[in-house]
Amino acid sequence: MTQKPYTGSNSLLESLEYEGVEVIFGVPGGAILPAYDPLLDSRIRHVLARHEQGAGHMAEGYAMATGKVGVAMTTSGPGATNLITPLQNAMMDSTPLVAITGQVATSAIGSDAFQEAYTTGLAMHCTKHAYLVTTADDLPSIIHEAFHLASTGRPGPVLIDIPKSVLNQGTTWKEPSLTGLPGYKPTTTGHPVQIAAAIDMIEGAERPVLYVGGGVIKANASEELLAFAEAVNAPVVTTLMARGAFPDDHPLALGMPGMHGTYPATTAIQHSDVLVSLAARFDDRVTGDVDSFAPHARVIHVDVDPAEIGKVRQPEIPIVGDARSVLTDLIARLQAKRGDQPAPSRDEWFTQLKTWRAEKPLSYEQDPNGPIKVQYFIERLHSITGGEAIVAAGVGQHQMWASQFWKFSRPRSWINSGGLGTMGFAIPAAIGAKTARPDELVIALDGDGCFQMTMQELITASVEGIPVKVAVFNNGGYGMVKQWQNLFYGGRLSSVDLTHHTPDYPKLAEAMGCVGLRAEHPSEVDVVIDKALSIDDRPVVIEVVVDPDEMCFPMVPAGGSNDNIVMGPEDL
Amino acid sequence: MQHTLAVIVENKPGVLARVSAMFSNRGFNIHSLAVGPTHVAGRSRITLVVDAPELEQLKKQLHKLINVIKVHELDPNQVLEREVMLVRVSCDVAARGELRDTASLFDAKVIDLADNSLTFELTGAPAHLSSFLDQVRRYGIVDLVKSGRIAMKKTSDLSQPAKTSVGS
Ligand SMILES: Cc1ncc(C[n+]2csc(CCOP(=O)(O)OP(=O)(O)O)c2C)c(N)n1
Ligand SMILES: [Mg+2]
Repeated sequence: MTQKPYTGSNSLLESLEYEGVEVIFGVPGGAILPAYDPLLDSRIRHVLARHEQGAGHMAEGYAMATGKVGVAMTTSGPGATNLITPLQNAMMDSTPLVAITGQVATSAIGSDAFQEAYTTGLAMHCTKHAYLVTTADDLPSIIHEAFHLASTGRPGPVLIDIPKSVLNQGTTWKEPSLTGLPGYKPTTTGHPVQIAAAIDMIEGAERPVLYVGGGVIKANASEELLAFAEAVNAPVVTTLMARGAFPDDHPLALGMPGMHGTYPATTAIQHSDVLVSLAARFDDRVTGDVDSFAPHARVIHVDVDPAEIGKVRQPEIPIVGDARSVLTDLIARLQAKRGDQPAPSRDEWFTQLKTWRAEKPLSYEQDPNGPIKVQYFIERLHSITGGEAIVAAGVGQHQMWASQFWKFSRPRSWINSGGLGTMGFAIPAAIGAKTARPDELVIALDGDGCFQMTMQELITASVEGIPVKVAVFNNGGYGMVKQWQNLFYGGRLSSVDLTHHTPDYPKLAEAMGCVGLRAEHPSEVDVVIDKALSIDDRPVVIEVVVDPDEMCFPMVPAGGSNDNIVMGPEDL
Repeated sequence: MQHTLAVIVENKPGVLARVSAMFSNRGFNIHSLAVGPTHVAGRSRITLVVDAPELEQLKKQLHKLINVIKVHELDPNQVLEREVMLVRVSCDVAARGELRDTASLFDAKVIDLADNSLTFELTGAPAHLSSFLDQVRRYGIVDLVKSGRIAMKKTSDLSQPAKTSVGS
């Protein structure tokens, strides 16, 4: 037999191996076929998703759980368009991702060929960058650039569209170097003058708050954050994307701020005199009405992306830089300035925070006779597992309760869709996280609505041997949407009912090769959790039949002022 | 308000689409656009004139595009701007002389001629072009094409002043 010629496909696989890729999540098809052949001989694992959206979210889950670049691969046309949601999701949440899509042959581009889509055009606004490869010789350098772009500066998704003819073209592999990015030079170290000014401002503050965003996790800066918060003696709020960046059981931790944030976190920001934003982006779910957000605060804004600075709120001290590097420099500057002297005690401020904490804690009532409350289940799960798990969530009430009631103790243990709010994220993202960290307990906390969007990926999980746990909170509907209809549309419920009974989740789970369990009564909660934790050879789905009428509080109605926090239905 | 931006980019496919989409996505209209290679190999310069209230955020977003190397906004008081215009004016043989007199005051060249029209080529600052149009409008403009505006920062007061009015 003659030797097969070395083609673009071989070069693609060799390049991915060179970049250290361990796993690709994908679905094959016509245009990407040539790449799937050498994949058989590659050391890279391929996880065959059941839908390209699933493949994309798996790659995101993988990336969020590790900080490494996640890789998804699909065919052209529908394969590529199915990937758009994960790309935008990764864009909004700054998740490092490389997406590889097949494309029709170069000679057919623009001819409305079978399964042709203008993929780089579609991806233009939902990627950090998108490449169309026109010759196989370019593959090593383009792939190298793509991984560099995805993982440096503000991380994000990068797409590489490869025509079938390029995959089949003869080529050789050449070790790539980074010479081709004259316009890409992320600033990573903060300016020393600004660092010094920031320390002076924070030291002089009476009511400082550290407003921590997801960038702290991306920058692997949790240790530095802890040291800094203790050194300056300032309370810490962690946004939805930053849950886990700072331990919730720390005396300085106030929890999540914003629309469904804790009262002390949201209110502390409102009363702060110096607000230190650390790799957060003043999202509308955090600020509420921008004009009345943190009205007394002088703002220090640290971000690796200069475009974030001043986008929503003009800071007095902007610092462009990587969160870890900036925090390290801030700590050094503080030590140089203050030596061994203790931090200001800020007794008045801490007394105030203590009062808010005591007076307005997160709360719910679990009637021992049922129905089960999602909050109760999450608290029990946390207690039984000791919090030793990676938790993924869908989008809706259950997501907010997960963020509120799971007490996080370490970074990369919370995988959720923050910016885009993508229903169906939890299951595939949990699969990606479990693929990356097989020794960890990985639990998806999902809604019944979300579950029905991506549940087929449980087949992927059982066939591929990725034993995630999924708790699906069956409140018989789109709880979050129903809550808004109840609060803002006079209780006229429109298209939010999914019924408690169909589908039969445990049966469905069993049909997909998982173990299916159900808890309907509070007394069954610990039993099913124990049972689920005892199974490790297959995915487990626990249907938790929960109160359909429970609403998620605290709440600041969209666009409202963070001064007016609704603690419960009685406040409306 | 009108802003003039000079955007230095890598000369690669898709760059112009990305840059222009940055404006259309935000509902801003591009008034004029000109692209061409620079003296540095592989680099092009895009000159954009846009109507937008405020450009700080947009400039930062442009800068985030991977193939964009530099973005600067040109100060309207410190700028050299030129446009090229081809304009066909209807005119019978009898009116030719008069129209050519006007044209010569503006340094407009006749580049085409027909029984019922004259076609001029004119280069100059945007205001120069519009005052010429004001002069010839009454004859009837049959066709008109303008290049996108190109612009450069003025380096000294000695630079050639832009022709803005007759006789300058
Ligand atoms: C893909 C997508 N479609 C629609 C929405 C709008 N949406 C937000 S929350 C929600 C309901 C979620 O229902 P479920 O998963 O059951 O969660 P629950 O709120 O009941 O806990 C919907 C439809 C969305 N966020 N994402
Ligand atoms: Mg639901």
